[in-house]
Amino acid sequence: MSVLVFAESSEGKFKKTALEVVSYGKKVAEQLGTNVVALTINASDSSELYTYGAEKVVSVTNDALNTFNAKQYAAVVTEVAKAQNATVVVVDSSIDGLYIAPIVAVNLEAGCVSNVVAAPSNTNPFTVKRKTFSNKALSNTVISTDHKVIGLAKNSFGIHENVVAGTTETFEATIVASKVKSEKVERVTGKVTIADADIVVSGGRGLKGPENWGMIEELASILGAATACSKPVSDLGWRPHSEHVGQTGKPVAANLYIAIGISGAIQHLAGINASKVKVVINTDPEAPFFKAADYGIVGDAFEVVPKLIEKLKAFKAS
Amino acid sequence: MKILVCISHVPDTTSKINFAENDTKFDTNGVQFVINPYDEFCLTRAMWFKEKQGASVTIVNVGGAETEPTLRKALAIGADNAIRVNVNPTDGFQVAKELAAVVKSGAYDLVLAGKESADYNGQMVPGMLATLTDFNFINGCVGIEVDGTNVSVQREIDGGNETLSTNLPLVIGGQKGVVEEKDLRIPNMRGIMMARKKPLQVIEAVGAEASTTIQSFEKLAPKGAVKLVDADNVDELISLLHNEAKVI
Ligand SMILES: Cc1cc2nc3c(=O)[nH]c(=O)nc-3n(C[C@H](O)[C@H](O)[C@H](O)COP(=O)(O)OP(=O)(O)OC[C@H]3O[C@@H](n4cnc5c(N)ncnc54)[C@H](O)[C@@H]3O)c2cc1C
Repeated sequence: MSVLVFAESSEGKFKKTALEVVSYGKKVAEQLGTNVVALTINASDSSELYTYGAEKVVSVTNDALNTFNAKQYAAVVTEVAKAQNATVVVVDSSIDGLYIAPIVAVNLEAGCVSNVVAAPSNTNPFTVKRKTFSNKALSNTVISTDHKVIGLAKNSFGIHENVVAGTTETFEATIVASKVKSEKVERVTGKVTIADADIVVSGGRGLKGPENWGMIEELASILGAATACSKPVSDLGWRPHSEHVGQTGKPVAANLYIAIGISGAIQHLAGINASKVKVVINTDPEAPFFKAADYGIVGDAFEVVPKLIEKLKAFKAS
Repeated sequence: MKILVCISHVPDTTSKINFAENDTKFDTNGVQFVINPYDEFCLTRAMWFKEKQGASVTIVNVGGAETEPTLRKALAIGADNAIRVNVNPTDGFQVAKELAAVVKSGAYDLVLAGKESADYNGQMVPGMLATLTDFNFINGCVGIEVDGTNVSVQREIDGGNETLSTNLPLVIGGQKGVVEEKDLRIPNMRGIMMARKKPLQVIEAVGAEASTTIQSFEKLAPKGAVKLVDADNVDELISLLHNEAKVI
């Protein structure tokens, strides 16, 4: 028996969430009295994973896997899970992680639970806590099948160092045929993406127009943050749709979410509930966001944000 | 082209979420149910195919009789007929297995499903359904064109978009972008009148089993009050974020 985690990488480097799933897998393995095995696909050096508890790393390298293909990746995860006799498979809740999880679940006839936020509260019956109702509630869910697939919510378990003397073995995976072919990938490069960002600076209709986004971008760049917006802002075409967060947009599970000129409508909050610390800057003290935020400034964004930029520059320089 | 659109019946997005029976059941008291927003995008796209390229559109739901008003609403938007699989499912795997039986018996070419439901947010039904039926599968779809049996699909990826090509039969997990929100259809009076006469077939479940069960629900712990900082004192905000919250 073992716990298998899929440690996602991009251009050979592990994502932060990969370190989180390994930390989580280590914890589950301890609870089950077994080992954690991390699977890497086309990652050049996997030794970093030993730091987070991966006793064994199974490294798959194959040019056919250079571009993500859900069916092929899921087949590799399934094959390695079987070879390692894994009863629990953990993936992160990235776009690709959640793409392959249900396929792996069918392949292994496993119960599948996504958006999991904590280590199992019990391993017999196997019980995990997950987010539900668009982050408005949690559910304690029992997985009754022999095999289990878990999608771990980002920033929920955290990254925990747990240095072990790990070993890496290579594995020749079978590449299955897929009739889905990637034709073109268009990615904004050189910008922090909302999914990966620890800090997100978000602007709403209170900013009045696209010409005022310079200060949002400047604030984001000082903080190494991604920029985001509320739905009307993207509907109005002030910002690209890829920045729209909320229930119908992207979910944000950042450590810090700064909302500027955003009212805090329930559908917006549904998408950012999973963020740890929320800051709101709004002229209206009655804006619903103040009820959801940890820190707030009642004030005009056009006065507060430039001051914040200036002071943060000084803070970062000190 | 024969299209099947999976319709989930979910609480309206502004619903208050409460639980009953010792926090083991969702409390439906006073809750208004709607077509799952992600499915609504897919349904509108299916209508587009029907009108522009010629297609038949069947909708399907796995659920009890209480979901029929939602199915009637989808019929009023323009679907041709509806199927309800008569069982109250308890997890996504069960839903996917029941849907797979419907897909296999209907010779569908294209199955459109929202990438997740707005209640349980499991994000598993489309992927499981595609795997169980051996259909091609694209998730997180934000654009789809069909030409004969050739399909071009855009999907969202971290920080961008990917264009993919594939063939029918295909399952897609859709989201906003499959159509834009401004293009979503709302039922008109004529549609509502016609929907009353459209067939809504109730079929018995194949008896698929769930692989997970919800033991209990929890509401989120109440949050402490917001700490307000004076607009003239952004230094204090920086200090709180650095020393107290430790996020910068
Ligand atoms: C089915 C459905 C799904 C939806 N999904 C989403 C979603 O995913 N994401 C989303 O964001 N919304 C969503 N919405 C829309 C949501 O209900 C709100 O309309 C939206 O979030 C409001 O955006 P806003 O706060 O930017 O704009 P507004 O509501 O216009 O609020 C602007 C805020 O800015 C403040 N302000 C004005 N001037 C200044 C200034 N100079 N300085 C500081 N503050 C200022 C105002 O006090 C106000 O609070 C959805 C709605 C529906 C019905």
